Amino acid sequence: MINGLPKYFNKTTNAAPLAVFRICFGLLMLISIVRFWYNGWIEKLYLNPQFHFHYYGFEFITVPGNFTYVLFIICGLSALCFAAGYKYRFAIIVFFLSFTYIELMDKSTYLNHYYFVSVISFILIFLPAHNYFSLDAYLRPKLRFNKIPKWTIDILKLMLCIVYIYAGLAKLNNDWLFKAMPLSLWLPAKFNLPLFGDLMQQKWLHFAFSWAGAAYDLTIPFLLMYAPTRIFAFLLVVIFHLLTALLFPIGMFPYLMIIATLLFFSNSFHQSILKKISQVLHLPKQIFDNAKALNYFNCFFGKMAFVLLCFATIFQLLFPLRFLLYPGNVLWTEQGYRFAWRVMLTEKTGAANFKIVDAITGKRFYVQNDDFLTALQEKQMSTQADFIIEYAHLLGKHFENQGHQNIEVYVESYAALNGRPSQTFVKQNVNLLNIHNNLKHKNYIETLNE
Amino acid sequence: MRNNRSTNINFALLTVFAFAMMFWACKDPAKPQPTDSFDRTAMLTFWAEQQIIPALEQYGITLVELETAKNDFIQNKKITDFELLKTAYLNAYLAWQTVAMFNIGEAEAIGYRNYINTYPTDVALIETNIANETYNLELPSNFVAQGFPALDYLLFGLLKENEGYLQKLTQSQYLNYLSDLIDRLDVLNKTVLNDWQTNFKNTFINNNSSSATASTDKLINDYLFYYEKYFRAGKIAIPAGVFSGNTLSHTVEAPYSGIYSKQLCLKAFEAIQQFFDGVSFDGLTTGPSLKQYLQSVAAANNTEDVAQKIINQWQIAEESILELDNNFKQQVETDNPKMLAAYDEIQKAVVIMKVEMMQALNIQIDYVDADGD
Repeated sequence: MINGLPKYFNKTTNAAPLAVFRICFGLLMLISIVRFWYNGWIEKLYLNPQFHFHYYGFEFITVPGNFTYVLFIICGLSALCFAAGYKYRFAIIVFFLSFTYIELMDKSTYLNHYYFVSVISFILIFLPAHNYFSLDAYLRPKLRFNKIPKWTIDILKLMLCIVYIYAGLAKLNNDWLFKAMPLSLWLPAKFNLPLFGDLMQQKWLHFAFSWAGAAYDLTIPFLLMYAPTRIFAFLLVVIFHLLTALLFPIGMFPYLMIIATLLFFSNSFHQSILKKISQVLHLPKQIFDNAKALNYFNCFFGKMAFVLLCFATIFQLLFPLRFLLYPGNVLWTEQGYRFAWRVMLTEKTGAANFKIVDAITGKRFYVQNDDFLTALQEKQMSTQADFIIEYAHLLGKHFENQGHQNIEVYVESYAALNGRPSQTFVKQNVNLLNIHNNLKHKNYIETLNE
Repeated sequence: MRNNRSTNINFALLTVFAFAMMFWACKDPAKPQPTDSFDRTAMLTFWAEQQIIPALEQYGITLVELETAKNDFIQNKKITDFELLKTAYLNAYLAWQTVAMFNIGEAEAIGYRNYINTYPTDVALIETNIANETYNLELPSNFVAQGFPALDYLLFGLLKENEGYLQKLTQSQYLNYLSDLIDRLDVLNKTVLNDWQTNFKNTFINNNSSSATASTDKLINDYLFYYEKYFRAGKIAIPAGVFSGNTLSHTVEAPYSGIYSKQLCLKAFEAIQQFFDGVSFDGLTTGPSLKQYLQSVAAANNTEDVAQKIINQWQIAEESILELDNNFKQQVETDNPKMLAAYDEIQKAVVIMKVEMMQALNIQIDYVDADGD
């Protein structure tokens, strides 16, 4: 099977871009872990809440108490190790597992770029990122290869293109293009920006940003791929992402995208970066330049990696499109919303008041959400149906343990999407205990009044 | 050749880009457009100078009067002084309702509100404290044994009949406790007010950005929290049994005096509305407010006037509170559905505030990374 593949998969290229990416990505992840800890988010997001929201299918993932700190240390150390290319394969596997575990601990912290990190680190497990300019290859000359299969770098570029293109396609909706929403709600809050504060209030600017943002996402992959426009494209990448970093509390995402787009640059560019690093740190770079080419298809690991990554790529291409299987506006129902590169698309606020009813006596009372949830969790919960269901079941169990009987749980929930007036979100007459989270269409969500 | 061409293309694109940026940059300052940014600094200044600090000052004055009345009563132990003391207590409690929502700065740091108005008060603990004559009112475990709710008990709840009342209250341990409670109220307010007058006013006004830790975002979060938790839940919903299924009439505010609970509730509501409308504490001027802010956002986006929606709902809510008995304990015990009806109307406003107001103002609730979903 592998012999019959197109010639493309046998092409080799200089290993420098992948080595540079490994180093940058690893260091950025280390910074991001340290920053998370430093900001006190381990306590705030994982240790303080009494209850955590789970991803469908990952209900077994729990917060391991104080061991969470150890988890973060493991995650940070493994990032450092794979950046240095030390025990690379083991380190990147540990990083992928620990990082993904952390992300799965509570759904209320979901961010697209965390998912992106998981996807990239999963792919990196199978790439020859330690065969050049790494501690592993320094210690074991057998590992040194100057050239690696071209597809092992291209697959990372492809992932980046998928992010941009799908993010761009997601912006082609009525709210974004014709109402400049949600930017019309977000940008005016940046009134205190030096020089540009008043500009941020202008409606035309909201439209300009919306359209420019969509155009940017949809064209940037091509501008990066095409050599003559590459420098210009990179300039745009830097401006665009720094602008978003300035305007929105978007964390490490802009920097991640900036370093990832470096992959598109020429081999000589990456060689010169490595040369600089070697000079500064007095590293023997020349020992890696052995003109040997790595053949991925002559060993079991390589073949397996190839097949696996083919499936992973197909999955990445299809998975973001699953929203098409559900009726209704995806921004409202959020069915197929996550893991699909929908970034900066919605401003949704909500309020959900839960009613506990004794089905036989009709006795009822309401729940004070802050008895159970943090402010952040409550905010996420009140606008997302799967959160509401999981929380309703938690409440059901809690009050049953307290001795209440024949419990039914109802919610009076209201949400507003992208500047629309608030409206009922989940149907009020549905006993939520009869509903379980699954992948079926959530027909208990009210239709959005456009 | 190839290289030359790519340089040319890059240069051309860069030029276009540079012009585009210049166009953006130049278009702005010439004429101010109708949707110019709402001046948050002016709003914070108005809040601090015309609403928060004057309210704290006025509350401070009522506390001084309460001190005087207390000292007179301790000295004379006469029924006339006792009556004056009770009046001073009510005035201070009413004034407290106008500052309770400003849980920011030193008030937040020292947990001001917990010491002043945690109810229901713990009568057993109060009696133990009095009997032991040793107690540390700074301990969180004593939240429930001090503040106005404890005063309410001491001044109105010791005994049913008036005759024995003074005999009991004028025992030295009781008088000491009464005195300590009032002194503590005074100290707490001086700490908070002094901080506003010396440092915090400027800190508050200068922290005029837009983030979870900026003054506007923080105060609006506090305001909403106060409305939901202390006004809606504390004064109405909890006694009416909204969260328990059974009425809890002993959890009303000031249950021992009884007749003041509605008055206190209405005063708090008035303060909530006054803050929103941007009416100065003395009622003489108006200034930049949440209402104006919301209206400017609505005008800019051509959307519904959320401020008016809130005001209209509050009017309905206020009417439903006015329907209630002066004594909420009585109301809950005799005709709770009316209490629940008032809760419903107050709750409807929560939804508008929490959903539409928060969306329009783009208030951050906490500092964490987000990518807008």
